[in-house]
Amino acid sequence: MAAASHRRATDDPAWAKALVIGIVLAFLALVLVLPLAAVFVEALRKGLDAAVAAVRAPDALAAVRLTLITAAIAVPFNAAFGLCAAWAIAKHDFKGKALLITLIDLPFSVSPVVAGLIYVLIFGLQGWFGDWLVERDLKIIFALPGIVLATVFVTFPFVARELIPLMQEQGTSEEEAAVSMGAGGLYTFWRVTAPNVRWGLMYGVLLCNARAMGEFGAVSVVSGHIRGLTNTMPLHVEILYNEYDFVGAFAVAALLCLLAVVTLILKTALEVAQPHVRGRGGH
Amino acid sequence: MTTADAASGPAAPPPARRPFLRRRSAIPGFGLTMGVTLSVLSLIVLIPLAAVVLKAAHQSPAEFWAVATSRRAMAAYRLTFGAAFVAAAINSVFGVLTAWALVRYDFPGKTIVNALVDLPFALPTAVAGIALATLYAPTGWVGQFLTPLGIKAAYNPVGVTIALTFIGLPFVVRAIEPVLRDAAEDVEEAAASLGATRLDTILRIVLPALAPAWLTGFAMAFARGVGEYGSVIFIAGNMPYKSEIAPLLIIIQLEQFEYARAATIAVVMLTVSFTMLLIINAVQAWARRFD
Repeated sequence: MAAASHRRATDDPAWAKALVIGIVLAFLALVLVLPLAAVFVEALRKGLDAAVAAVRAPDALAAVRLTLITAAIAVPFNAAFGLCAAWAIAKHDFKGKALLITLIDLPFSVSPVVAGLIYVLIFGLQGWFGDWLVERDLKIIFALPGIVLATVFVTFPFVARELIPLMQEQGTSEEEAAVSMGAGGLYTFWRVTAPNVRWGLMYGVLLCNARAMGEFGAVSVVSGHIRGLTNTMPLHVEILYNEYDFVGAFAVAALLCLLAVVTLILKTALEVAQPHVRGRGGH
Repeated sequence: MTTADAASGPAAPPPARRPFLRRRSAIPGFGLTMGVTLSVLSLIVLIPLAAVVLKAAHQSPAEFWAVATSRRAMAAYRLTFGAAFVAAAINSVFGVLTAWALVRYDFPGKTIVNALVDLPFALPTAVAGIALATLYAPTGWVGQFLTPLGIKAAYNPVGVTIALTFIGLPFVVRAIEPVLRDAAEDVEEAAASLGATRLDTILRIVLPALAPAWLTGFAMAFARGVGEYGSVIFIAGNMPYKSEIAPLLIIIQLEQFEYARAATIAVVMLTVSFTMLLIINAVQAWARRFD
């Protein structure tokens, strides 16, 4: 460490620091803070009572319920898949591993609209199983199963991409030791692997949940937009906004903003408490 | 999985041959977890994606080409790819500055700034969409200052670019940050001790080392921007030939029950996305060669 009066070679001059920090803060304020602030200001434009009334309207409550149900199915499903995939990929050697990881990441490169479209082409009236479903009076598109399927697709990689590198870093020696002393597979998983990956799992679940509750494009294609029935919260925001009910739209949006803020706080707390789960880059 | 099991079964070839799919491992559960992984991946992702390609293939090549390159579709691609490119370029500049400030400098509120960078990952896109549309409308907080300057932001390609800038920022910051954190500062010290100015060191030592991460972040922001829908449609205005993005065109075709046309545009977009994915993988493989 150089003496305090000497600048280290990797230190930038004070004016450069101030300039960079100033530009960054101004840019982030314009791009990120302003939209966030706008949501709450617009929601409270006619007072708190109007905003609360908009959120407690029956259609809004139905949207909240549908969003919670969808996330309650999609997130555990993807968490279970992520654990399964990470166990197979990180704890074993096989050919084509890199390809398999790329395929699991694939949904992140697909437009949400295309994610909705593919299920319409399969389960829609003119789709592969269209007639079969009509004969049995089953509805997937414009109903809950379609919404869940589209949500599972767009959030598919979150938990897996968090767990695979984490479990690869941890290696296999602890599991091999447990197995060599006679532990079964499931016992080894619960007692040896699970405690090592639980923070990474929580991190993945957190990001997966935020996206599941906030997904718009994919769900919009398969939902049918039936008020009170197949409208999730983001879709309800769109309907209210297009009906010029701005206070209502921004009040429901503010609720989703709170979800985002809580997600970011929990994520930051996790990163501070468990530095090794950070920096794998979510979406 | 089954191949490996069969290889160790009674009908297996001589033991000298190694199992096809995996090397021996003491850890159990490979067959089960691999089976579940491949089945779920196929049912949720691969087979449905194949459906869209098959649907598009129902048409003759001439029909496919006519729909894929129609005037309206071409205008939509131009807007989508152009706006995504400009937004990714803007984010490349401000993203590297943000990553630099977060890694190299200390300033009050750094934890909050760090958390805030991920806001576009956590905030539902529709919420971002209506917020940006309200801000940049001619009477909005920001729009009112742009109107006298003759800049029409909302309901215009400029608005699309603004929305995609919001969506893409964290990709660039989070791609560059870990590389910058791991970068060896002694190289910079060596450059300085050999007489390089600080600016020289940054331009000729630091930034070239960041290039692969930078490209990755750019490509990820671009790829996300190309597919983005929720944050764009509220601010775009959605005028055919002018401010209509390609994902919206898919939805419009779908609402008119033109499934083959919707699938055609989807196939074009998937082709571009997968090309981007290959480029990202290639850049990362290329960067690893220098580790």
